[in-house]
Amino acid sequence: MTIKPVLLWSDALILLLLATVAVLVWLARKNDTFRAPWRQIMRSRMGAVTALILSVYVGIGLLDSLHYVERLPGEPGQAAQYSGEVLSALDALLTPLRVKVEKTYSAPLATHLYAKETITGPDGVEYRDFPPLKYPGTHLFGTDKVGQDVLYLSLKSIRTGLLIGSLTTLIMLPFALTLGIAAGYFGGRIDDAIQYLYTTLNSIPGVLLIAAAVLVVQVQIETHADLFETAAARSDVRLLALCAILGVTGWTGLARLLRAEALKLRELEFVQAARAFGVTDARILLRHLLPNVMHLVLITVVIDFSGLVLAEAVLSYVGVGVDPGMISFGNMINGARLELAREPVVWWQLAAAFVFMFVLVLAANLFADQVRDALDPKSRGRA
Amino acid sequence: MLNYLLRRVLYAIPILLGVNLLTFALFFMVNTPDDMARIHLGAKHVTADAITRWKSEHGYDKPLFFNAEATGVEKATDTLFVEKSLKLFVLDFGAADDGRDIAREIGQRMWPSLAIALPTFIVGLLAYLSFALLLVFFRGTALDTGGVILCVALMSISGLFYVIGGQYLMGKLWHWFPISGYQPGLDAWKFMVMPVLVSLIGGIGDSSRFYRALFIEEIGKDYVRTARAKGLSDLRVLFKHVLGNAMIPILTGVVVVIPRLFMGSLIIESFFGIPGLGSYTIDAIQAQDFAIVRSMVFLGSLLYIIGLVLTDISYTWADPRVRLE
Repeated sequence: MTIKPVLLWSDALILLLLATVAVLVWLARKNDTFRAPWRQIMRSRMGAVTALILSVYVGIGLLDSLHYVERLPGEPGQAAQYSGEVLSALDALLTPLRVKVEKTYSAPLATHLYAKETITGPDGVEYRDFPPLKYPGTHLFGTDKVGQDVLYLSLKSIRTGLLIGSLTTLIMLPFALTLGIAAGYFGGRIDDAIQYLYTTLNSIPGVLLIAAAVLVVQVQIETHADLFETAAARSDVRLLALCAILGVTGWTGLARLLRAEALKLRELEFVQAARAFGVTDARILLRHLLPNVMHLVLITVVIDFSGLVLAEAVLSYVGVGVDPGMISFGNMINGARLELAREPVVWWQLAAAFVFMFVLVLAANLFADQVRDALDPKSRGRA
Repeated sequence: MLNYLLRRVLYAIPILLGVNLLTFALFFMVNTPDDMARIHLGAKHVTADAITRWKSEHGYDKPLFFNAEATGVEKATDTLFVEKSLKLFVLDFGAADDGRDIAREIGQRMWPSLAIALPTFIVGLLAYLSFALLLVFFRGTALDTGGVILCVALMSISGLFYVIGGQYLMGKLWHWFPISGYQPGLDAWKFMVMPVLVSLIGGIGDSSRFYRALFIEEIGKDYVRTARAKGLSDLRVLFKHVLGNAMIPILTGVVVVIPRLFMGSLIIESFFGIPGLGSYTIDAIQAQDFAIVRSMVFLGSLLYIIGLVLTDISYTWADPRVRLE
């Protein structure tokens, strides 16, 4: 079978993010002030366990980011035709799960379908009973409304959650860093202007601002539907737009912290000395201020991550989250929510989404605590 | 004090103007009224005539900032920006896309919102503070450690889980309360208990942990040691000194949300079928009714700024050293 790799926009950004992190780590590999806190985190039991869990999630997310399309079987000599369905390396690994599609709901490890149907027996007599599954006992978490394996859906949702958590940060950081440090370091008019900007953004209720921006993006995507080759490309652009919106509206918190820190730092002797020696502002900002606020940035990034994963579910419920066709925790919860009213209750889809999310967010929260304890001298021994 | 308030009001104007410009840019310039008409008419009925008719019916058939066809002052005032955006300043919200008056809807719907949000706020604040004080009182013991672990676990669970779980247990399984809906008057409490309880449980992890951290920081200070050395009881130190001195950061987070209680909670209201402003907003988002979304954005910003002023005033009450000049 021939395949053609496909690079979605989000895949490219993930690669960029990975490359940036790799370069930063490589640059700082011999720096002891950088290594000491990480060594402390990894030596603590909590830090090591949560880092392991997070890296499993990240591994699944990365596998799910290697996309390709399959070549359709056609006449030899004909121009190659490719399937419109974009698959990923994770899909390839999970093929046994992905193709075992039932007709509709079935409970975890069930042998029969959830709902009764009229079945024609071998003797031609019709009767109502639970029809047997095509793949009995293989669906660890049951199947959803259209018969897809819930474990497969949960694993696929991981990429969406991680993307929202990480790409949003990638977009938010430049705003927060430049505006926050500039406001604190330069003061005066620049400070006034930046403070005005973030008070204005802050004053708009968060969900509403996100909703307003997402609605606008949605209309734009609908009016330019011809730009997208596949459904995957379209939902990918919508996901990126969501990250961009969350990033552009979410920089204010970190910027405020950085402003306060820069305000403090610029009065300290080493900055005064640099200025007395005639070092330029740009160099002072890069060499003397930026390294001294990096701990704040790292702490905020890991703390925000879990909040963003949770926010995805809520936003998808409000209708301003990821594309309804995209597999995500929010969409899984949304699809299963109304089924609780059924008798017997369809609980497995909700349970799977919540459990997978809970493990990710809990690990992220606990890891964030470790990072904060290691990097922030003030918080040591507090929480 | 009066001087200060006056200055704050003047300072609020450019912020609200900025909010208006931002939403106006989003809804009228990135998205033209033509796009809006197309969405509302549906793909089948889009003709040039239909779009023009829809725009004139809903008052969108004007230029954005400058009306060359009008005369005199109207050149600047008979525009979309003045009609749709600046009129919000005098709380003239206009009509929704379905023709209903937005201001009237707000007036009616803020009461159910308040009925849920106010008890949630008051009971929540007391409960979170008490829980945090309890943990601090038993700091360093197994109770404290267990409490913190509980907080982290609770805050790692999606808020949707609390809503769905609460509805399922209290509504469907135990039949304590109706699953959703609202009724004004004396029977309202039946519909209020579950949303309030669910919001309380949903918020306890985050808030209690935050308050606990504040108290722990405060309790390590010298004045606390002095107070105890003078022979004051642990409880008295905790409630009078620690709580009092941690008041400023607590007020910073708490007072600013008070005016916004009117707007209710999007998630809670839509899950529990409360006919408040939160569900109004969510319906508007789902129906892509931009007139309502714009009004709610403006209202939200206005209430936030009022909240900021109230926060400053509350500082003077909590800390006599703070003077508003």
